[in-house]
Amino acid sequence: MYSFDIERPKSVADAVAALGADEAQPIAGGQTLIPTLKQRLASPSKLVALSGIEEMKYVRRDGDTLVIGGGTTHGTIARETAEHFPGLAGLAARIGDPAVRNRGTIGGSIANNDPSACYPSAALACGATIVTDKREIAADDYFQGMFMTALEEGEIVTEIRFPIPEKSAYMKFEQIASRFPLVGVFVAKFADKVGVGVTGASNDGVFRWSEAEQALGSNFAADAVSGLTAPDASDMISDLHGTGAYRAHLVGVMTKRAVAAAS
Amino acid sequence: MTEVTMTVNGKSVSRPVRGNELLVEFLREQLRLTGTHVGCDTSQCGACCVHVNGELVKACTMFAAEADGAEVATIEGMANADGSLNVIQQAFQDHHGLQCGFCTPGMVMAAAALLKDNPTPTEAEIRHYLQGNICRCTGYHNIIKAIMAASGQDAGKIAAE
Repeated sequence: MYSFDIERPKSVADAVAALGADEAQPIAGGQTLIPTLKQRLASPSKLVALSGIEEMKYVRRDGDTLVIGGGTTHGTIARETAEHFPGLAGLAARIGDPAVRNRGTIGGSIANNDPSACYPSAALACGATIVTDKREIAADDYFQGMFMTALEEGEIVTEIRFPIPEKSAYMKFEQIASRFPLVGVFVAKFADKVGVGVTGASNDGVFRWSEAEQALGSNFAADAVSGLTAPDASDMISDLHGTGAYRAHLVGVMTKRAVAAAS
Repeated sequence: MTEVTMTVNGKSVSRPVRGNELLVEFLREQLRLTGTHVGCDTSQCGACCVHVNGELVKACTMFAAEADGAEVATIEGMANADGSLNVIQQAFQDHHGLQCGFCTPGMVMAAAALLKDNPTPTEAEIRHYLQGNICRCTGYHNIIKAIMAASGQDAGKIAAE
């Protein structure tokens, strides 16, 4: 790693102030950023560690919305959302491994927008709201392509608000070495609509599969997906783990499995 | 350099640390607690697993400065007060849960974290929990047996593979 200073503010306000420094960078759980720093792919002058900010760690239900602090770890989310939103709890419980889940946070995942991260698919499928220290952003406007988001320099994801679906499930086909999804699909059924968020597949990052949303909106059954044409394989990620055509095929398979498992 | 203070295996320690100093570097190089191993340094293998405030973490993927004020437990603090092996360590010995031993500190810390939350895990639960701990001798079978035995269950119930 290159050398840098590290600061550990106790409040969002102090973190925002610390991020005003030249080439300062926030670090959430660090489960992606620390490996990146070790490879010398980032060279911040100062890291502002968000892990000491207690006011960003919470899960609470507010009517039909589940409100989660940006600093909440995957492990906490897996435990504390199981009762109200089992689809999200199931997603969180299968990220990485137990040690990673005890450090990695939902805010870090949403801010990084790795094309294979799990949470962005749930945020898109549910129409979540991403709350920062400055504003509220609809998920549809927030995710803007691989590692690209609506966040500005130094802006921190402080909270994510998920409308709670009637039924939901997340299914991923794991790339076994990294445990990231080769393709992951989150299906969320609401009274008036169905959301389908797909991660790991597209060169443009997480996306909504609108054909499946329409088909499932009129018939919420795995069979409803069978007749659909798979998303365009030429837009899919192609690497040594799987071709674009393979990933496009997996989108349909994972969607069907998620519909069948939804609870 | 920043001064950090934390409790490691019940003892309070204060030391200056570099901004980019990993918790595992702090433990091994400053405190000379070399039982915590670095297998991969990429957060995959789990040999560096320790407990921070009671939770399992990979010490190679956390900065020492982030452990300021925390309670840290390492393999060196796992033995009983009289120096004898604790129930998990003893079960690893009894069931040959180690071959080269390099992954063992992380395996024991992971097992301890699992049994704290789930005192009688099933074989499937143990295997799922150990996803982030890699044994390159591939001695998983006896590791699972050891953890079953440490939780007071019949290790013989696990089918041979």
